[in-house]
Amino acid sequence: MPQMTMLDALNDALHIAMEKDDDVVMLGEDIGKKGGVFGTTAGLHEKFGEMRVMDTPLSECGIIGTAVGMAIYGLRPVPEIQFQDFIFPGFDQIVSEMAKMRYRSGGHFTCPMVVRTPSGGGIRGGHYHSQSGEAYFAHTPGLRVVMPSTPREAKGLMLSAIFCDDPVIFLEPKALYRHGKEEVEEGFFTIDMDKARIAREGKDVTVVTWGAMTPICQDAATEVAEKGIDVEIVDMRSMLPWDAETVLDSVRKTGRCIAVQEAPRTCSFASEIAATVAEKAVDSLEAPVGRVSGFDTPFPYALEHVYKPDKKRVTNAIEYVASYE
Amino acid sequence: MGNSVAAKKTTSTAETPDPYEVGPLGLFQLVDETGTETAAVPELPEGLAVRLLEAMLFQRALDQRMLNLQRQGRIGFYGTAKGQEGAVLGSGAAFEEQDWCYPALREGAIALWRGMKLDHYIAQCFGNAADPTHGRQMPCHYSDAPSRYVSLSSPIGTQISHAAGAARAIQIKGDKDKIVGGWMGDGATSSNDFHAGMNFAAVWKAPIVYICQNNQWAISVPAAAQTASETFAIKAEAYGMPGMRVDGNDVLACYVATKLAADRARRGEGPTFIEMLTFRLGGHSSSDDPTKYRDESIAKQWEQRDPLDRHRTWLVGKGMWTDKMQDDFLAEAGTAISEAITRVEAAPPVETETLFSDVWADVPAMLRDQQDRYTNEETV
Repeated sequence: MPQMTMLDALNDALHIAMEKDDDVVMLGEDIGKKGGVFGTTAGLHEKFGEMRVMDTPLSECGIIGTAVGMAIYGLRPVPEIQFQDFIFPGFDQIVSEMAKMRYRSGGHFTCPMVVRTPSGGGIRGGHYHSQSGEAYFAHTPGLRVVMPSTPREAKGLMLSAIFCDDPVIFLEPKALYRHGKEEVEEGFFTIDMDKARIAREGKDVTVVTWGAMTPICQDAATEVAEKGIDVEIVDMRSMLPWDAETVLDSVRKTGRCIAVQEAPRTCSFASEIAATVAEKAVDSLEAPVGRVSGFDTPFPYALEHVYKPDKKRVTNAIEYVASYE
Repeated sequence: MGNSVAAKKTTSTAETPDPYEVGPLGLFQLVDETGTETAAVPELPEGLAVRLLEAMLFQRALDQRMLNLQRQGRIGFYGTAKGQEGAVLGSGAAFEEQDWCYPALREGAIALWRGMKLDHYIAQCFGNAADPTHGRQMPCHYSDAPSRYVSLSSPIGTQISHAAGAARAIQIKGDKDKIVGGWMGDGATSSNDFHAGMNFAAVWKAPIVYICQNNQWAISVPAAAQTASETFAIKAEAYGMPGMRVDGNDVLACYVATKLAADRARRGEGPTFIEMLTFRLGGHSSSDDPTKYRDESIAKQWEQRDPLDRHRTWLVGKGMWTDKMQDDFLAEAGTAISEAITRVEAAPPVETETLFSDVWADVPAMLRDQQDRYTNEETV
């Protein structure tokens, strides 16, 4: 099996999807000849032409709004928003149109489309190239909100997303684009978006996370293992719909849980995890449910390393809930 | 701006002017408010002129009945097309069966013209089990896939981008026989999506006709407070597409202009933007009282320009319509509407289960759990 970075894997998935189905089209800013500012769409314009890989005018509301019209017509558009921080001019199209089309039309019209967008920190980009906005989207019924954590996960989830009949916000953790390589199957395969993944099995503490925080949690788990704490990591994959059962099953086994995210703390997806665990697994809990998160501040430029949860903060939280009596 | 129908009307009766040449600052008209031809009416498809009058009469009657139902508390809301039937149906009739329509609030008559069942139109307003869209939106938000009349939302202007995308999809798939109609009001020209949709459509040279019904009021805000442009039509030029300005109360002018633009789009020559100058004779909706913000003497003046009276007078002058035909048609329409209301109102409320379906393609476990907990009356 070939070794791929997440960028390689995403690019491979997009090539496979476009080869498999002529209705798959891409549109966005600089995705054509340039191949995207990160290179995710490299080679697609050359191979599939400008009618299927479209460089658009600079308007996120136009990119998503026209993609909605394409999807209703019967295509499977995959618009790219260059950075998740730039998505907000298109937010009305996402929330009011793309997410609600199936429901409000009684199923007469649907939006099978994937909005791809790089998310999170890791490139010293300040708050307009670094934010984690998953909670905005996870609060919108009708959307799927997906974030992969490894190259193989990225490819399988992307192919699932493109051939799914629901609209998907596909958040690409840009910190992991070139984070490392992994063996990834050649050709077409999918990964079930509805099921969370046990990224590490353990019996003492459940760590729930997703995207770029996953490898940081894995490093923390390795460190605390030396102190005898056996961590189970649940990689959510999808934040809407989300797989509560896998989280609850893990917590019922370990009795201790933290949720780790890069996003700001208040009203975040980690808060949803904590509330659900408290509501449905209280009899199993032996410690408070902890949240490790970004702060309730804008994403900073110079102090990115302070803002983003690192191995030390995750390790501290694991040790706190593990030793709570 | 706005009220200059008399000043700018075409005076030539010798030949039909080209609305592209009349341009975005002129006003394309064929029949004036007295029913007199101000320019030669070109040959129309067999029976179309009569069908247009019938459809306008039907919509006026239907709107009045639906508004009455709202006043009686039997439906929750309604927005009429009163005064705008010429712009609605004249533009709508210029599209073919295979074309796609992206409407705004007042284009329901186009859905009926294209074959949506009257029962479904009325049922959408009742929001009961007879509504194919399961009572999910407030009245007047119709969706009908068989007639390619696409769901509209209440946020203004969003359909303008969708229409551009659909037209691009037609190009991508090579469906050369199809085009898109995209409707909006004057207020929508201030929206983000107007700018995005117009720009994308022009850059893509997409097969689309945009129709702006300038009824001169966005709820309480008059057209002059909506834009500093001399006309709405002139905005098209900045996007690199031609703009037309048409007397929106002259149904034949609306049809002829839209058909020209539709033919052009179908030939692959790109989009056109058409401003149809009309007037909203009623309130914005059943929730609105226009006497609070506008001088109703202006509405009285516009009643003299009623598109129905104008077209009927023209048809009578051509020997194609009589008072008896009108009486018979209205009697039949009244009966059809009454019978449909009776059928629809007898339907039960929507099933609770429909609250949970159609959110996603399948109901996910987390939502099924919420539904089960509601059904079982669990407390948390």
